[in-house]
Amino acid sequence: MAKITFIDSNKIEITVEADSGSVMELAVQNGISGIDGDCGGVCSCATCHVHVAAEDMDKVGAANEIEQDMLELDDNVNEFSRLCCQIQISEQLDGVTLTVAAE
Amino acid sequence: MENSVLPDSFKQARESKGIGKVEDQNDPVTMVLGLKDVRKCAHNWKTFQSGAKPGRIVIPSEVNIRETRQIPFEVDPPAHKGFRDLIDPWFKRPLESDYQAQLKSIIDDIIDHSLQQDSVEVVGEFALKLQSRALTVLLNIPYEESELWIGWGKHVFRSEDTDLDGDKAAILYDYIDAQIDKTAANLDQSLYALLLNSEVNGKKLSKEEIKGVMILTFAGGRDTIINAVTNSIAYFSEHPESLTQLAENPDMSSIAVEELIRYFSPLTHMGRVATEDTQVCEHAVKADTRISLCWASANRDERVFENPNEVVLDRKVNPHVGFGFGTHNCLGATHARQLLNILITSLAEKVSTMEIQSQQDNVEDWGEFQRKVGYDSLNVKFTARKY
Repeated sequence: MAKITFIDSNKIEITVEADSGSVMELAVQNGISGIDGDCGGVCSCATCHVHVAAEDMDKVGAANEIEQDMLELDDNVNEFSRLCCQIQISEQLDGVTLTVAAE
Repeated sequence: MENSVLPDSFKQARESKGIGKVEDQNDPVTMVLGLKDVRKCAHNWKTFQSGAKPGRIVIPSEVNIRETRQIPFEVDPPAHKGFRDLIDPWFKRPLESDYQAQLKSIIDDIIDHSLQQDSVEVVGEFALKLQSRALTVLLNIPYEESELWIGWGKHVFRSEDTDLDGDKAAILYDYIDAQIDKTAANLDQSLYALLLNSEVNGKKLSKEEIKGVMILTFAGGRDTIINAVTNSIAYFSEHPESLTQLAENPDMSSIAVEELIRYFSPLTHMGRVATEDTQVCEHAVKADTRISLCWASANRDERVFENPNEVVLDRKVNPHVGFGFGTHNCLGATHARQLLNILITSLAEKVSTMEIQSQQDNVEDWGEFQRKVGYDSLNVKFTARKY
């Protein structure tokens, strides 16, 4: 089981738990404001953009090339950006904090 | 197993030049073909604008049959944002369970009816009816209104002999004018009423602006949904194993929809007008000339998609642009996704086989490219699944 903390688009901190699936699915199931996941998680819509806390980057890992190509055209991209549909939940993610990127 | 194939017409040009050229009413278009280039141009609304003369970014151009600006489609930032923020919540209603139940009822009725026929002409008897009835849910108006729209036929702007029919377009524009007046006199819970009651960027919407939103809603979701639905029926007719796969794995329906949208690309391309001298793929693009973002070509880009010409229903990473990309991405995408999701789920539940009896392909002519986008007619025999 991994505890994941979201800071949503209203700056509200919400911690939820899961052991499988993608982080986007977890966020949508828990109504995290600012995470839409319109495309269902296939890396097509970029509506699940988060900034990973700097200290958690090692746990979460970097985006692959296809994801980077999507992020590159997002106005709010930075070195901590990920599309969270591409982050799979595992024990390793326990304790990470993800901030929903502004639109 | 060839009848449902949509070939990639752009491969050679995409690989060799990255662009194509098409003439259109003396206003030529440079078609952008690669996925990354398409996304970059779509993102760059300052250089490649949508807010040109109304109708000009549509290909074939509608400047000769339309003066009303479609909103928010033909408005660029910053004004775009106010309109989009106003109507986005309305166009997200398909995420609500009541909305989905209404769509399911419409779709189940059409499938059940089709199962009782010896043969169904899918474009006119299935897809057009489904699209029109589902639109009443999107607009939140009585179901019966769809009978009139079904009577208009398959295309809002096209007649048998011409791609752009001003008389036919006028039917839609006059109808929308009348509906706005009718709703203004007696406010209800419809999209018309929402628009009549709203302010954007600090002022009430004008009738012309409301008309612009409504024309977009009618026109943008007609041929596209008809193509997506008809192509889905054709595909599953030739791939009953995929229907079984969906029946056994209902959870995969949403990613299956994304793959079908990628493969079908129901809208081939959409134009933009250059605001300055620039270039695309090292080809000069002069100010005040047109480019198009070719979603259909981008969605087969072999540099991004493995086996791009195969439908892989459980494709996990699928960065397609079937609903466009960037500021002007498809407003109706949530509606379309739900509609297709419910359609393929219900087909998988209810139908064992669909047999194509005859077909007439709809092949678009874009200068050097001929692209099959769907069907002018498709006759299919539906057979029920036995439990």
